[in-house]
Amino acid sequence: MTALIELKDIKMHFKVRKGWFSTLELKAVDGVSISIGRGNTIGVVGESGSGKTTLGRVSLRLLDPTAGKVVFDGKDVTEIKESKLKWFRREAQGIFQDPYSSLNPYMTVERILEEPLVIHKIGSHGEHEELIDKALTDVKLTPTEEFARKYPHMLSGGQRQRVGVARSLILSPNYIVADEPVSMIDASSRVEVLSLLRGLQEKYQIGFMYITHDIATSKYFSQRIAVMYLGRIVEFAEAKIVIEEPLHPYTQALIAAVPDPDPNNRLHDRSVVPGEPPNPINVPSGCRFHPRCPRFMKNKCEIEEPELREVKPGHQVACYLYY
Amino acid sequence: MSILQVEDLKLHYQTLRGTVRAVEDVRFTIEKGETLGLVGESGCGKTSTVIAVTRVLPKNIGALEGKVLLMGEDISKLPDEKFRKEVRWKKISMVFQGAMNSLNPVIKVGDQVAEPILLHEQSTKSEARERVLDLLEIIGLPKEFYSRYAHELSGGMKQRIIIAMALILNPSLVILDEPTSALDVSIQAQIMNLLKSLKRKLGISMIFITHDIALASDLSDKFAVMYAGNIVEVGTAEQVLTKALHPYTQLLLASTPRLRRDVVPSYIPGSPPDLVAPPTGCRFHPRCPKAFDRCSSEVPADFEPEPGHRVRCWLYGG
Repeated sequence: MTALIELKDIKMHFKVRKGWFSTLELKAVDGVSISIGRGNTIGVVGESGSGKTTLGRVSLRLLDPTAGKVVFDGKDVTEIKESKLKWFRREAQGIFQDPYSSLNPYMTVERILEEPLVIHKIGSHGEHEELIDKALTDVKLTPTEEFARKYPHMLSGGQRQRVGVARSLILSPNYIVADEPVSMIDASSRVEVLSLLRGLQEKYQIGFMYITHDIATSKYFSQRIAVMYLGRIVEFAEAKIVIEEPLHPYTQALIAAVPDPDPNNRLHDRSVVPGEPPNPINVPSGCRFHPRCPRFMKNKCEIEEPELREVKPGHQVACYLYY
Repeated sequence: MSILQVEDLKLHYQTLRGTVRAVEDVRFTIEKGETLGLVGESGCGKTSTVIAVTRVLPKNIGALEGKVLLMGEDISKLPDEKFRKEVRWKKISMVFQGAMNSLNPVIKVGDQVAEPILLHEQSTKSEARERVLDLLEIIGLPKEFYSRYAHELSGGMKQRIIIAMALILNPSLVILDEPTSALDVSIQAQIMNLLKSLKRKLGISMIFITHDIALASDLSDKFAVMYAGNIVEVGTAEQVLTKALHPYTQLLLASTPRLRRDVVPSYIPGSPPDLVAPPTGCRFHPRCPKAFDRCSSEVPADFEPEPGHRVRCWLYGG
């Protein structure tokens, strides 16, 4: 399988001003490599500050990485000038978290969907109508003529998010970053949007990066899962393996934190990791998770950073417990 | 005696488009130390129900009817001023969605927690301070947090402060409206554990509102499922989660992603109706896979197929 998109040792450091004279470095992403094939989804799971969104934005070249390479379809796009990047802008699309603010309230659904076509000078007005009709059918907003005339405020959260999906599809991209596409919609409609994305992925063989804080939803829309903590991948394997046999204490904690509907839940406490993710300006020494880790080993974990290593076939983890 | 007994609650909003029938025929009870999970999709009247109970009403109220008995006393007929002084915060307190963003940035958080004491009781400042310090310990924050400001706290800490504010006057009932929706998963689990320990230690009764039935199961002894302004099913956690009767509840459960079981979740097609013109008969019938003739013409009666487990659905009687 040749990769559709390859991220090679991506580092994204931001300068943060502190007072008048000093700047600090915020290492949002600190050495991450991932590759995604056609028709494949990689779930990037992590909490606030893990760098998952930054990674997605780098892969779309919405941010220029401090170090590392973004290779799309065999071509290195890291250094290409914006003016020469129009083809990539068509190939790679994003779906964003907030269906309430990512659609222009003054545009009808039809105009929202037509805008990318106008910008990329694709087709005549008549062809636009056809493409818009097709995209709306793809996201199951039918009858399409009716939805095309609506404004975002006339739609429910789930419907708006589907307009967002339709907009990302209109240029027939090969790669889509879906950044928390279902976190702001009702629990009962999440699966609807995710199964829609899955269907489209199979139909058009799109490669997806599915970014989420909710490992439960990534189970339904990822072949592989990368768990991120403070800018690094701490565990990486097939989705089923990460969920059923998690190795990293952080992954284990993330999974323990998610309840299934069960009347016995209320009878016992959930096992949780103490504290909160530290500020990425002040990354702990050694393993970044060591101050919160229930299985912390003194004189080891806080000294040197563990590298991501394959400890079982196809299962990578960055933790001294396993090597 | 029940802590809270709500009967035939009705709340309508008056808007330019017409009357929004946000809450109708709602009744439920909460016993001492019990937590009620109030669940349903957005726009089904969960928040409106507690707005009606606590009377934190917007200006465009069309109708507000029904009985709200708090430990046997009908508080729905109390004059507003009396309600504000004697009931709100003292007996029923609230934690609203996103409340942690409304902390005052220029007042120490401890002083903000102490404010209700000074407003409602004849206490001195130092007494109030003592009580806040004790409470900080209970909610899992070190004492020195009294003098912190909101910007120095993380989301999870701010949410703890908001919970402390709701507890400071020892209310008999605390209403939590999506208290963890803005938090990270691991912090959410910490807050849920805190709520569990408060339930155990202080015996507080709670209403926990969420659209996430799995999250509600972490705390709730009892469930009320709302759809389009009505409660469609009520029962114990065991009854509702393992033997759901109403097709809506069954679909809500089936649509919840499960981490520990290999089932592919389904979803509920469509969205909740516009409450300006709700569907006739059973309000769920246009989305219901089990609907038959009667459902579109007659409003379902309240059936009780097993003790304590009530459902509004023609499948169970009539």
